[in-house]
Amino acid sequence: MAFAAFGSSAAPVEQAPRRRSGIALILLAPGLAYLALFFLTPLISLVITSVQAPVEFGDVGQFQNAFKIENYFAVVQDYWPQFLRSFGYALIATFFALIISYPLAYFIGVTARPWPLTQAILLTLVIAPFFISFLLRTFAWKQLMAEDTPLVQGLKALSILGPDANLVGTPFAVIFGLTYNFIPFMTLPIYVTLERLDTRYLEAGNDLYASPLSTFLRVTLPLSLPGIVSGTLLTFIPAAGDYINASSSFLGSASTSMIGNVIEANFIDLLDYPVAAALSVLLMGIILLIVGLYVRRVGTEDLL
Amino acid sequence: MKFSPAKLVLPLFSALALAFLLIPIVYTFIFSFNDSVKSNIVWVGFTLDNWTNVCEAQGVCEAFGTSIVVGIAATVIATVLGTLLAIALARYRFRGRSAISLMLFLPMATPEVVLGAGLAAQFLSASVPKGFGTIIIAHALFCLSFVVVTVKARVSSLDPALEEAGRDLYGSPIQVFLRVTLPLLLPGIMAAALLSFALSFDDFIITRFNNGPVETFPVYVFTAAARGLPAEANVIASAVFIFALVLVIVGQTSSAARRRRLAKLA
Repeated sequence: MAFAAFGSSAAPVEQAPRRRSGIALILLAPGLAYLALFFLTPLISLVITSVQAPVEFGDVGQFQNAFKIENYFAVVQDYWPQFLRSFGYALIATFFALIISYPLAYFIGVTARPWPLTQAILLTLVIAPFFISFLLRTFAWKQLMAEDTPLVQGLKALSILGPDANLVGTPFAVIFGLTYNFIPFMTLPIYVTLERLDTRYLEAGNDLYASPLSTFLRVTLPLSLPGIVSGTLLTFIPAAGDYINASSSFLGSASTSMIGNVIEANFIDLLDYPVAAALSVLLMGIILLIVGLYVRRVGTEDLL
Repeated sequence: MKFSPAKLVLPLFSALALAFLLIPIVYTFIFSFNDSVKSNIVWVGFTLDNWTNVCEAQGVCEAFGTSIVVGIAATVIATVLGTLLAIALARYRFRGRSAISLMLFLPMATPEVVLGAGLAAQFLSASVPKGFGTIIIAHALFCLSFVVVTVKARVSSLDPALEEAGRDLYGSPIQVFLRVTLPLLLPGIMAAALLSFALSFDDFIITRFNNGPVETFPVYVFTAAARGLPAEANVIASAVFIFALVLVIVGQTSSAARRRRLAKLA
């Protein structure tokens, strides 16, 4: 239920399986046709585009079908630093988001449980960032990190930052932005699992003379694992593909560009569709591989 | 319970984390009142002009209107298709069920850049001109999976006995669906529709690949960010924020009141 963790917390009612597949087919047909047409076919056309070759003496942006598998070698050779950066930044941001989100989710889901109104208010504050444009939130951080703000002056006074150093455009700023933007995605699924945690288990741990730490490690943490899995996936996947934070109009610079920036630049500005397509196919392949291995490792099989 | 400073660590940490989440929102709100001329970076002075003449900044209101229209269209498509899929998946057993579940999960596990580039490559090879239509198609696609997840949870928690009762009372399948199933699913469907609209309204990455000449609000912000964002953009974002917040508070208080009523009955 990893991605379903946001959903209703009502327990599923046992349902008699019915076998009128005729009706099921009618219900499924429009949605499946939509997915086939606008999800599967685009993925196939991405794969086809990724091995296209430029038209001889053609204009910029003109390509013909070929079987130029070399495109893949070329993009890996040209853009491996951006790939490393994407997954590196996303991994660090996921880690920090988890460190910030877990205690917050615990506080709302377990500590604040006796006060439902407080719980509701805190939860609303967690999702509040969703209500203001993603781009404007990131833009606000850019302004707050600008040279003459109190934040930067303070860091310079404490000599954490050199006198001529900038925050905007550094890997720090990009990872900071990614962490900030995905905290609600991490907090909510963890909150959902902790909210259902039976506190009598914690009392039992205490009664059995377990220290609070070992109760946490051996009871709370394993029981909240499904929430952690969904939260980390909901953070890692979009963070690895994000290019807003790393874009130079926001928190990044040329030296922080991630794979999303390269795909965007090649597709929209340079009209080099095969390069953008090959990078997209690689990005998706690597993410599916990571997600598959991760889910198998932590043993949460039913994702949907 | 004894007082110990250790007990304060968690509330304090949570307060800091929430404050951290709210900083950019407060910043955006404050700077919506800035008496700025062109770019809204340095605080000049307090004014209400940005709020009273929002549409004065070129393109802001048009982009906002576009986002609303796109959001409504995409939400209708995604909610109708997604609800049908959710009912089929939760209620019927058929061959290929797990393959379909996987196909619905995949769009959520696909980075937006890939979804956007894929659709754009598709439209390119089919020579479909990009514009309103392509944005709506793209938005409905990524909303669809979220609708299915949300509505499916509601369908699975529905007591089948209620529908059986409808059939026992000689309701035709269509009557049972319209007068029993649909009203019971409505809260789930509404939640899914709101989520869809919110996702569509805030989407930038997929839109960027498929918008052509049409500017949604996030596209406007992105283009404007490079040359300096007008304070009017902050006004729109703040107004949307307040509206959404009021919506959530009203929803939560009314559902809390309903729960209290039900608790009294029980």
